Amino acid sequence: MATRNDTAAPPTKEGGAAPGRPPADAVSPEAARKRARLSRRWQRDMRWSPYAFVSPFFLLFLAFGLFPLIYTGWASLHQVELTAPTDMSWVGLRNYTRIFDDEFFWNAAKNTLTIGIISTVPQLLMAMGIAHILNYKLRASTFYRVVMLAPYATSIAAASLVFVLLFGRDYGMINWALHFVGIDAIDWQGDKWPSQIAVSTIIVWRWTGYNALIYLAAMQAIPQDLYESAALDGASRWRQFLHVTLPSLRPTILFTAVVSTIGASQVFGEPLLFDVNKGSSGGAEHQFQTLGLYLYEQGWVNQHLGRASAIAWTMFLILIVIGIVNYVISRRLRASS
Amino acid sequence: MTTTLTKPPADAAPEPPKRSRGPKAARAGGQLHAGPVAYLILIVFSIVSLFPLVWTAIAASRDNNRLAESPPPFWFGGNLFKNLDLAWNDANLGEAFFNTTFVAGVSAITVVILSTIAGFAFAKLRFRGRGALMLLVIGTMMVPPQLSVIPLYMMVAKLDWTDQLQAVIFPSLVSAFGVFFMRQYLIQALPDEIIEAARVDGASSWRVVWHVVFPAARPAMAVLGMLVFVQTWNDFLWPFLVLTQTGNPTVQVAVAGLGRGYTPDQSLIMAGALLGTLPLLIVFAIFGKQIVGGIMQGAVKG
Repeated sequence: MATRNDTAAPPTKEGGAAPGRPPADAVSPEAARKRARLSRRWQRDMRWSPYAFVSPFFLLFLAFGLFPLIYTGWASLHQVELTAPTDMSWVGLRNYTRIFDDEFFWNAAKNTLTIGIISTVPQLLMAMGIAHILNYKLRASTFYRVVMLAPYATSIAAASLVFVLLFGRDYGMINWALHFVGIDAIDWQGDKWPSQIAVSTIIVWRWTGYNALIYLAAMQAIPQDLYESAALDGASRWRQFLHVTLPSLRPTILFTAVVSTIGASQVFGEPLLFDVNKGSSGGAEHQFQTLGLYLYEQGWVNQHLGRASAIAWTMFLILIVIGIVNYVISRRLRASS
Repeated sequence: MTTTLTKPPADAAPEPPKRSRGPKAARAGGQLHAGPVAYLILIVFSIVSLFPLVWTAIAASRDNNRLAESPPPFWFGGNLFKNLDLAWNDANLGEAFFNTTFVAGVSAITVVILSTIAGFAFAKLRFRGRGALMLLVIGTMMVPPQLSVIPLYMMVAKLDWTDQLQAVIFPSLVSAFGVFFMRQYLIQALPDEIIEAARVDGASSWRVVWHVVFPAARPAMAVLGMLVFVQTWNDFLWPFLVLTQTGNPTVQVAVAGLGRGYTPDQSLIMAGALLGTLPLLIVFAIFGKQIVGGIMQGAVKG
């Protein structure tokens, strides 16, 4: 906050000085011509410079964002092999019908959904609780915020490798801790649910603090007098949270939900590196293979880029549907409140 | 690490008496003081956040056999530097560090400059199509990167850029988030009068950018630069696809390679993971406050 004021201050002085400068009135014809020329240049500048400012972004975006997006759709209608990516032969929708008949696709889709739910829901709920606590007057509050962001600074690769060891079946720390509460060793890699929980844990660990900060920022933007008037009306702390905090946070919650959904649909590095068999199938029985991993397996291991493109576009379409559902639900919620 | 871990309880201890001393003062500020339960939750959560990182260091300081025993080690052993040295040489981490620093540095600087001028145009200049273009920028934040991976790979293969760093750099020069972030910042931080004043003085648009926008945007540029740097440093999917471990790996590709190789030496893998994480943790220890502020600022006006 302080920094913003710092930067705003010196230029204001400049602005204050500007009117003091004498405007050139009473001009010779030559000066008038010069001014006309300047003003033409001025107008051109005013008119075109905004486009000059945004064009580098959009040029790069066209090349590395929009073109690939459309081209993936085009490639998904062809048979393309990784070994000869320029050799494309038209197959129509066959890539799509093939993946829809593929049990591994559906398996990966289901895994992505369940991993998405068991990673996103606890993550956002915990983030909300932590943000609420961080919103109190705290000692060393910056310390907690920085510490909670440390997992965000850790890469997927490093985090996944550590969690592989922590979740080890025979010598892992988590099973070792569980045996004290009388739980037998869990096969965190081999069994379906434990492995999906383990993969989700990596995601939850990395992103909870980050989301907590986003909620905290939104909470701090809520005007204090809303709470004061709620308190005057006799609302308890919990009711204040329900009736003041949550409604004010609705746009932020929607935002984090959308971002997390997109993130969850793409989970790739965690299941790839969590696989002790060093494969790309997400466990011996594909028990934690996600769509992202399946796309990689089809495209780069089995070398069918066309089919991988069809998977990518299917993922995109699913996301659009989720986005629309999200939008409808949030509108309903707004209408009902 | 352990000294920082024990610090919060020491801080938290004197809290309750202070609370009972001045409840009125607390209410006057409008914000409630946290009780012991809140501190307890925060401390538990901090430990959970840091534990895997600390344990990476512990595992990296042991030898491989000790990691295959129960109970797992809880304290440091004597092999840390031996393992770090092995990992450094085994995984070609020196080169990987250089590569990653270069890639992340170039993309951070470029993204920051491009985002600032584009963000300025969207925040302060009027032009035809502004709303529609901004909507496009926000829309692109919703497109999953995996969708573009296949044609990008084809492009890279066609250009013969496989295993070359430019294959990683070019796609990371675009950041819709960056444009959005700078726009939100500049709307507030740059009063219209300053731009008008500069205009009255006869400054061209480029001069305005150089002499007014860049100075005003400097704090946000620093934060965005750090965020992009962290993101590019940690990026995994795309570098993993276009770079191999032997040709120009980034740190993440090299570290992942340690885990996926057929050397089952876990302490070595942990040493590599530690090396891959340490530089960013140091950056966080130094600039943590600014990064936290930046993330929070980017979030509010979303």
